[in-house]
Amino acid sequence: MFHRESGYYKTTYQADMALFPIPIGKYAVAALAVLFFVVCPLVLEEYTLSIVNICAIAVVGALGLNILLGYAGQLSVGHAAFMSVGAYTAANLATKLDAPFWLTIPAGGAMAALIGMIVGLPSLRVKGIYLAIATLAAQFIIEWTLNHTPAISGGVQASIEMPRPTFFGKTLQTQAEMYFFILPITAVFIVATLNLVRSRIGRAFVAIRDQDIAAEIIGISVYKYKLLAFAISSFYAGCCGVLYTYYFGIANYEAFQLVISIDFLAMCIIGGLGSVLGTIYGAVFVTLLPIVIRLLMESVGAHFIDPGTLPGLIAQLRLILFGALIILFLVVEPEGLNKLWQNIRNYFRVWPFSY
Amino acid sequence: MRRLSMAIAAASAFAAAATLPLATASAGEIVVGLMCDRTGPTATVGTFLCPGYHDYVKVVNSKGGIEGNTIRVLEIDHEYKVPQGMEAYQRMKQEGAVIIGIFGTPHTQAVTPLLHEDKIPGTSPGFGSAAAANGEKYPYLFPIAATYWSQAAVAVAFAKEQLGGVLKGKKIAYLYYDNPAGREALPVIQRLQKEEGYELKEFAIPPPGVEMKVQVQDIARRYRADFVINHTFGKAPSVSINEFVRNGYPLNKMIGFVWAAGESNIMGAGGWDKAQGYYAIQFAGVGTGYPIHDEIRAAYKAEGKDAPSEMESSVYYNRGILTAAVHLAAIEKAVHEKGSSDINGEDVAKGFEHISDLSLGGLVPPMKFTPQDHEGGGWAQVFQVKGNGFVPVGEWRHGYREIVMEMVRSDAH
Repeated sequence: MFHRESGYYKTTYQADMALFPIPIGKYAVAALAVLFFVVCPLVLEEYTLSIVNICAIAVVGALGLNILLGYAGQLSVGHAAFMSVGAYTAANLATKLDAPFWLTIPAGGAMAALIGMIVGLPSLRVKGIYLAIATLAAQFIIEWTLNHTPAISGGVQASIEMPRPTFFGKTLQTQAEMYFFILPITAVFIVATLNLVRSRIGRAFVAIRDQDIAAEIIGISVYKYKLLAFAISSFYAGCCGVLYTYYFGIANYEAFQLVISIDFLAMCIIGGLGSVLGTIYGAVFVTLLPIVIRLLMESVGAHFIDPGTLPGLIAQLRLILFGALIILFLVVEPEGLNKLWQNIRNYFRVWPFSY
Repeated sequence: MRRLSMAIAAASAFAAAATLPLATASAGEIVVGLMCDRTGPTATVGTFLCPGYHDYVKVVNSKGGIEGNTIRVLEIDHEYKVPQGMEAYQRMKQEGAVIIGIFGTPHTQAVTPLLHEDKIPGTSPGFGSAAAANGEKYPYLFPIAATYWSQAAVAVAFAKEQLGGVLKGKKIAYLYYDNPAGREALPVIQRLQKEEGYELKEFAIPPPGVEMKVQVQDIARRYRADFVINHTFGKAPSVSINEFVRNGYPLNKMIGFVWAAGESNIMGAGGWDKAQGYYAIQFAGVGTGYPIHDEIRAAYKAEGKDAPSEMESSVYYNRGILTAAVHLAAIEKAVHEKGSSDINGEDVAKGFEHISDLSLGGLVPPMKFTPQDHEGGGWAQVFQVKGNGFVPVGEWRHGYREIVMEMVRSDAH
């Protein structure tokens, strides 16, 4: 009943690289597509859709960081800065040139990729924690530039109001409409990442991550692929920034500060480094956790705690619980939520036998 | 296996919590939304402001609410993160909030178009841009407190008084935190320079604003400013007070904007003794001697509890009271105008224009909202550090109101 395969019969590279190694993958994806594109928008109410929306946007950014961190092994704490580059690029194009979203999203991504490549230059010389500090500089330099260049950031309060996206003349306004705007884009990024990591480029990234000297010896241009990793990662970040800008209705540097970079690092690490599925879990987990903790504490806590002190308590307890849960999940499974999911799957695969 | 079952249990608890139903406004209940930051970068404000809001609502509810309706405050802490703020907004909307207290500048700008679409009024005291005072452009956004432009105008008017009624030829120094909010007041100060003919020099402090030796020395020794306008945030006000004292510059020749005016800023500078003479602009009264504080203490006493310790940080606590008072006044007027308790955001937005007699014994300025002016008049009161606290200098006031309003109207951003 739970049997799906009885061994590895792959005889060609094509079979080994297939997107769906076993047929059930196709059905699972089809089922997920139906769930997210048909069932969710019909069943879920506005508020819940808005949560799905912010999760979906976070997935795009987290995927980008995981390509850099999890696949290519380059540590960056400037991810949020690249988002702001994408955000302001798109906002300028949309307000000054009336550019539609199908132009602003790739343009924002491309500009972020360009800046990302420049920031990635130190990665050719320095590694690990030293590289992290080099990217930290990028975070501050980009923020300072946005802050002091009215030509880019629109002047007062460094904010640019973003017009809502339009699709064939229809302005996308409600959460449901934004859902159908954001989710397909997220899906495209997920598929693109899945394809990227099983291609020549993805394998080169992994080789550099595991041992860069060995990678260079077998003929991988470390120089080229490290910069490429920064470019691709920043492209994702830029597009994520554009989506945030469309969703918020403004481009504002305060939404892309250092703490957001750290949040995205947390998503990758909690979800599982070097795993696309794990990135999605991580992004959803980190975005949902504060919301779920609050809902839980409001409904449970109201029975035990005086309602007058509850709001203040929730805010504090939420942070403590957030930190505790992250530690708990990392202790239970250091390789992240993805590994946790694999453990569950492997257990039931041979159930009722233990192995 | 135990690990696995633990993980599954945690995951299913997580999933179950996500499906918890939300409350919606029930009969005899009016919901107000309050965004808060008790845990993020602006926690020093939110920790005191939000309890002030809750305590005012508590007093009103203990007296029977508004026309028999209980007020339910839906507070959501967003850690000053915009996605969480957007989630908070959607939840408040879902639960039927008729007014929303916004916290944070990016949040204000992000929800402004949504407020307009959903027809829910939002208030942003001390946040957002000065242009939001323009009610015709932003019909559902109410700054309800003096914006940086109004504060700048009050600061210049106050400097004029302090310097003998003439500003011509006098040297004014504008010390500001080098970010967009810090620069926002500049257009007004430059515009008034044309009017009054003073000399003006700007001194920027780079973030995080803990190093300003050079700037302060320049102001005190080289430029020899006659008056300093201090527009700083966070730790910067404390450091600036310290530096000015060290350079022997008299603190009674300096005025701080509303975010350089808290008890914590004075404590950070080394306490009341050190900051004697320092002037600060407030948009809500300071101190715990207003009648409303007695009512709050009485409400707590009736429950057998002591008044909350947050009350002692009265600058931010009273701003919470002011926000709550304006919210509930608008709701009350809306209920009166409509003649029923079944009100929506649109009614409350109209209710703002009927607010007239709100004072709370002087804690709240004589605000007057018109379709053009959503700032309520741009009122501010100057307080001075004397003894162990802030004492008021004069009454509620505004400065150069026509010029500021003209700039608000002509401003396109």
